[in-house]
Amino acid sequence: MTFSPELEARFAKMIASYPPGRQKGALIPMLLYAQDEVGAVTDEVIEEVSRRLNVSRVEVEEVLGYYTMLTREPRGKYHLQICTNISCLLTGGEELFQHACRKLGIGNREKTPDGQFSLEEVECLGACSWAPAMQVNYDFHYHMTPEKLDQLIDSLRKLQ
Amino acid sequence: MANMVTLTIDGKPVTVPAGTLVIDAAKQAGIDIPAFCYYEGFSVQAACRMCLVEVEKMPKLQPSCALPAAEGMVVHTETPKVVEARKSTIEFLLTNHPLDCPVCDKGGECELQDMTFRYGLGESQFLEIKHHADEKQWSPLVFYDPARCILCYRCIRVCDEGLGVAALGLSYRGVSAEIIPNKGDHLECDECGWCIDVCPVGALTSGTYRYKSRPWEMNYVPAICTHCSNGCKTTLSVRNGEIIRSNNRDRSGINGEFLCVKGRFGFDFVHNEERLQSPLIRKDGKLEPVSWSEALKFVVSRVRETIERNGKFAVIGSTRTTNEENFYLQKFARQGLRTNNIDHHRSGDVITLVDALAGRTDALATVGDLYTCDAALVLGADLAQQHPLLAYQLRANWRHHRSPVFVVTPGPVREDQYAARSLRAEAGGEVERLEELREELKARQNLVVLYGASVKGEAVRRLVAFGDSLGIPVKYVCLVDYVNSRGAVDMGLLPHLGPGYKPVEIPGMHLDAMMAAPDLDVIWVAGANPLEGGREFASKNAFVIVHELFLTETAQRADVVLPSMSLYEKNGTVTNVCGEVQRTKAGPKVMGTKSDLDILGLLAAQLGFDIGIPSQEKVLDEIRRTVRGYNVPLPVLATGGAAQAAVLNGNVPVDAQPEQVRPSGDTLFTSGTLGKYSKRLAQLMEAPGRLFQP
Repeated sequence: MTFSPELEARFAKMIASYPPGRQKGALIPMLLYAQDEVGAVTDEVIEEVSRRLNVSRVEVEEVLGYYTMLTREPRGKYHLQICTNISCLLTGGEELFQHACRKLGIGNREKTPDGQFSLEEVECLGACSWAPAMQVNYDFHYHMTPEKLDQLIDSLRKLQ
Repeated sequence: MANMVTLTIDGKPVTVPAGTLVIDAAKQAGIDIPAFCYYEGFSVQAACRMCLVEVEKMPKLQPSCALPAAEGMVVHTETPKVVEARKSTIEFLLTNHPLDCPVCDKGGECELQDMTFRYGLGESQFLEIKHHADEKQWSPLVFYDPARCILCYRCIRVCDEGLGVAALGLSYRGVSAEIIPNKGDHLECDECGWCIDVCPVGALTSGTYRYKSRPWEMNYVPAICTHCSNGCKTTLSVRNGEIIRSNNRDRSGINGEFLCVKGRFGFDFVHNEERLQSPLIRKDGKLEPVSWSEALKFVVSRVRETIERNGKFAVIGSTRTTNEENFYLQKFARQGLRTNNIDHHRSGDVITLVDALAGRTDALATVGDLYTCDAALVLGADLAQQHPLLAYQLRANWRHHRSPVFVVTPGPVREDQYAARSLRAEAGGEVERLEELREELKARQNLVVLYGASVKGEAVRRLVAFGDSLGIPVKYVCLVDYVNSRGAVDMGLLPHLGPGYKPVEIPGMHLDAMMAAPDLDVIWVAGANPLEGGREFASKNAFVIVHELFLTETAQRADVVLPSMSLYEKNGTVTNVCGEVQRTKAGPKVMGTKSDLDILGLLAAQLGFDIGIPSQEKVLDEIRRTVRGYNVPLPVLATGGAAQAAVLNGNVPVDAQPEQVRPSGDTLFTSGTLGKYSKRLAQLMEAPGRLFQP
């Protein structure tokens, strides 16, 4: 399979930036960027990436299973990731997550029927100073409250 | 000796080469440091923390599997601190490990069980519900129970490093981490089952052995695998006359622990319900079961009658019978039936090699040489498919010593993965490409050359001449296909050569001539299937006697079929592809069958042939006394060792008949007649497989 010209250019640069024989190092970024473009790490993506980096399929699957930011199933258009690690937990992360579940009517790692929202309980986002924190796709949202979450979800719905 | 270091382990001084791991140094001193993830010969994982030891002047406990020995190091392996640490390690390992030992196949030979017992761990601080994941079936032969898995990575490493298959990986994390197969929910691999053997717990279990037996209920019989010519020792676990499993955990034999799918799982042909268990005689055109005495009487009368009227005999020997049986068969033919019309299915040109090596000593490689040689050259063979042990040895040599392998084959082979040079040449044209490798080969200290059946006749002579011209010591392996192919040649199952390559006065007919001869009176086939694939004897009226395990194409044509034993059922010696003689012992029993030696012995007695006592020991004794190169040391055989027969005499003054060499074409999942009757091999999705493919 081929990717968009921009992504192809990015891959080419990435592969060239590793020393000869160490191209395997590009595995995680390649999977992540391919996922962003394709929507998920599909069988074709696995095959293509393993072919380009000369790694076995099982090696790709090892990485896929380990990193939760990589997914085999397409996520919603807006992927809500709510942290429930210690700092966020102490400042209401757990309540925030439960609130998101009720609001969207879905559970952890589920997707709304219209495909707009998916939800995931994640480990530390590295934003403890502004806890509780969450991420929508790649955008951070800090000092969250259930009310701010409602507003956020409603505004995202309006964007559709 | 340079670079030796001396350290003290539990008060004992030990001197080892620098770089030796402390765990290995301890083993050398007779001290056993327990470990789950550490596995000799494979990369260090240091994952299980079981091998922690106390080293003086080091602040923390050290994993001895990842700690190189250093001069003056003082190591203590069983201090209270170490014991506490190991107890904790086991306690953690048991957090989610189900205690289903009573129904676990590994029970009784489980390393985790042994360690729990050794450190007397009866209690756990963990009261949480155990994390569970359901058992999975990955192939007809491999089952995986993630709950039992302790994530030692042994299976992953033997598959990847040992075999180059890399069918296993580890995915997910934390308590959810588990081993994954290469095809999502199933395995596509060599199906060798080594992962099952090395598993220190019962996480990987064998489809053939699951829930069948407990390890202490079986007898362990040292046998030689009957499927290919590599001569791997396989220890048969036998209960009530039945083989329950086969493996080689004690690493005895030339193969250590290595076995392929055929060696580990292909034994089920022995108990196939189609095994012949009673002699058959053709009555009114149909084969009818009769008693042994009737069948033997019938054979004796027809043979005697044919001898009396000076009739023509032809004898086709086996590549799966013991040296003793082969030796006795050629004696039976030459001295009893008075014919030199004797041959077998030749699968490699051994004769030309022996001739071409005249005047050289020490020019035949052993299986061990493949691990120690400085370079290897493979011509015209798909080693990983046809000679799995030899392929394993070369790979291990490359892994441990970086000895390069050069490959000249008609198509892609697995050795390409790491070969220094891979050349493609059509079958028969391999030797023509050697000049391209000359400079690289010349630079090595020594070389082992392995060549397949496509290199024969003049090509072998050119190969040896090329080897001579390199100016380095070169050893050779003529790749033959069946378990005792080499023994059949050495024992003189040949029309023009007797045992030990001694020419006979009046050469008889070779195999093709026998097939084409229109006037044979008796064709005696002792454990071969020359009619495979619809071939026919031109002698339509010949009386055909067949010793066989199954009703093969040849047996169906027979007038008398005598049910014989497989190699697993008898005692004797066999000679592997490298000319190494090994002893095999009788394991299972199949009612109604007799060994070829017994069959021939009974007939010889009734026919009045004076060809010696048909006992394995007596015949072996005669072989050792009379066959050149076979004066192998008995203690080596008796203790399960391999002794290379020094058959080299050179100057074989006969035509080698290279046109009689035909490869079996067997893959990793087939082995002629026996493979056909192994249901386990047949049911694998990888079977039958193909040679020379990527």
